Amino acid sequence: MTQTGPMTAAVPAAGTPQQGAPPPARRRRRAGLDRISLMVVFLGVPFAFYVLMVLYPFTQATYYSLTAWTGFSPEQPFVGLGNYARLAGDPTFLSALGNSLTLLLVVPLVTLTASFALAVLITFGGRSAGGVRGLRGSGFYRVVSFFPYVVPAIVIGIIWSQVYNPANGLLNGTLTAVGLDRFTDFPWLGDVDTAMAATVVVIIWSFVGFYMVLFVAAIQSIDTELFEAARLDGAGRFRSAVHVALPGIAGSVRTAYVYMGILALDAFVYMQALNPSGGPEGSTLVVTQEIYSTAFSQGQFGVACAMGVVLAAVTLAFVGAVFAVARLLGVRGGARA
Amino acid sequence: MTAVSAPGARRADPARRGPGRRTSDGRREGAVSATSQAVLVLWTVLVVAPLLWTVMSSFKTTREIFASPFSLPTSLQWENYVNAWTLAGIGTYFVNSVLVVTGALALTMALGAMSAYVLARFPFPGRAAVRTLVVAGLTFPIFLAVVPLFFILQQAGLLNTLPGLVAAYTAYAYPFTVFFLMSFFEDLPGEVAEAAALDGASEWRTFFQIMLPMARPGLAAVAILNFVGLWNQFLLPVVLNSNPDNYVLTQGMASFASQAGYSVDFGALFAGAVTTIVPVLVVYLVFQRRLQGSVVQGSVK
Repeated sequence: MTQTGPMTAAVPAAGTPQQGAPPPARRRRRAGLDRISLMVVFLGVPFAFYVLMVLYPFTQATYYSLTAWTGFSPEQPFVGLGNYARLAGDPTFLSALGNSLTLLLVVPLVTLTASFALAVLITFGGRSAGGVRGLRGSGFYRVVSFFPYVVPAIVIGIIWSQVYNPANGLLNGTLTAVGLDRFTDFPWLGDVDTAMAATVVVIIWSFVGFYMVLFVAAIQSIDTELFEAARLDGAGRFRSAVHVALPGIAGSVRTAYVYMGILALDAFVYMQALNPSGGPEGSTLVVTQEIYSTAFSQGQFGVACAMGVVLAAVTLAFVGAVFAVARLLGVRGGARA
Repeated sequence: MTAVSAPGARRADPARRGPGRRTSDGRREGAVSATSQAVLVLWTVLVVAPLLWTVMSSFKTTREIFASPFSLPTSLQWENYVNAWTLAGIGTYFVNSVLVVTGALALTMALGAMSAYVLARFPFPGRAAVRTLVVAGLTFPIFLAVVPLFFILQQAGLLNTLPGLVAAYTAYAYPFTVFFLMSFFEDLPGEVAEAAALDGASEWRTFFQIMLPMARPGLAAVAILNFVGLWNQFLLPVVLNSNPDNYVLTQGMASFASQAGYSVDFGALFAGAVTTIVPVLVVYLVFQRRLQGSVVQGSVK
């Protein structure tokens, strides 16, 4: 589809002949060539590169998932759905999938709820003075809240693995300093009961501020008359936030939910930084880590690709579900992403 | 990353419209406002504390780090930075990151702007399909593609090389860039381009001399977002480059952190973390207004 072909000639340059210019026919042909060459170079070449490097690998991976390819031999024995059948009976993969689904359920919901709550505090928490109520220092809060977004995720993971360090980490240091001595040497990332929760906290910490900033801006772009009307109807701040602000930014929330979901299904960086081997008893092992080790440590590329296809299917199902729910709730407009 | 005190930074808040007057319900207003402030200050502490703690620890000796998480460094251990930079190889990784990100950013912006321009302004059959395929690249998990991508780069002889990373970074930043810039080019007034065509300017000249300069705010915003994204990229280098000489910063930090578990130079580890954060943090603080604006613009649209 990179061939943009002759049909562009049907859309000639808007400027039709004026005085003294070459005859219409010649001029149109030249304009057409001009435009076609531009389209080939501007769209055709880069898009072909994109197809080769991004879209083609997606389709290739789908094919490999039907083979028992080990990567370094030329043979790619076709095994049909054999890899998928194998995954269905592989307890490690199923538990990784379960962990990924847990992240998918928990991370977007908690992150965006916290983001919205903080955004409401910033936009509604100040003293009423006319229509819009802002909070003192909200500019400062927004700048600071954005910090984690610009810190590389791997560094966030490294920092937090030190915060959680049982012996000399910031967390246990703080807890024991306030008298909770049972947390002396408590291994947050090494205990089956806390490893996953501790990991989830790190991911949430990374994104709450980012979406808070986004929601603040979205709330501020809502027509202030709506808030005035709600106030005249006797609605307090809390009810205004839930009944006016939330529906008003529903499009942004939907987009944010999709992005956070995709991120939660990936989560590779955070997991590699906090518990590269999958955590105590595999309790923080996720699908992306399984794909990585199955492909690049064990050389089972066919199986790894099958896992990738499962992950892609879950991702698409999730995106579809978010859009379906949004439509049921009557969310209009907003981004397509 | 400096002070935690809120009042010092109340400048320029668009939401604020003058101080509220103490009226009959002034006290209740005050209570709500105070509670909000308390929650937000707590939140700010949660965000800043780990970062400040990292900076502080980066100046302590490993022995001091083990002694107590709260103790201040007795003297500033700049050696930690020297050790991270030279012994742990952070210096090499830093240079690699700069090279790869600069190359990929320039390519991504050039290719992305050109493609977005065509997709936004020239209707042609199949345009909807091309646009859909661009969005598809944003939605599908990269993990599905990395295995074949590994072999594509291997066949091209680009595996474990910096040019290979530039190519991969560019390809994976392309859909985002195109998707984002399309809306900027769509919003530009078409009359200007038509006037240029009337004056006999070629499509090429119209793009480079008229449309591209007009789209500068959009280009700047996307460039900043891409810089942050590319600088923080982790999966692509980990999969596509296993040559330690060509490690980029994120990858180098990961490998340093896994080694530090044995050789325990925690001071240098914290120093390395600070070194990785500072460039992006500086870019952010310089451009923060524009970055926040563009993030919002991109997602509210």
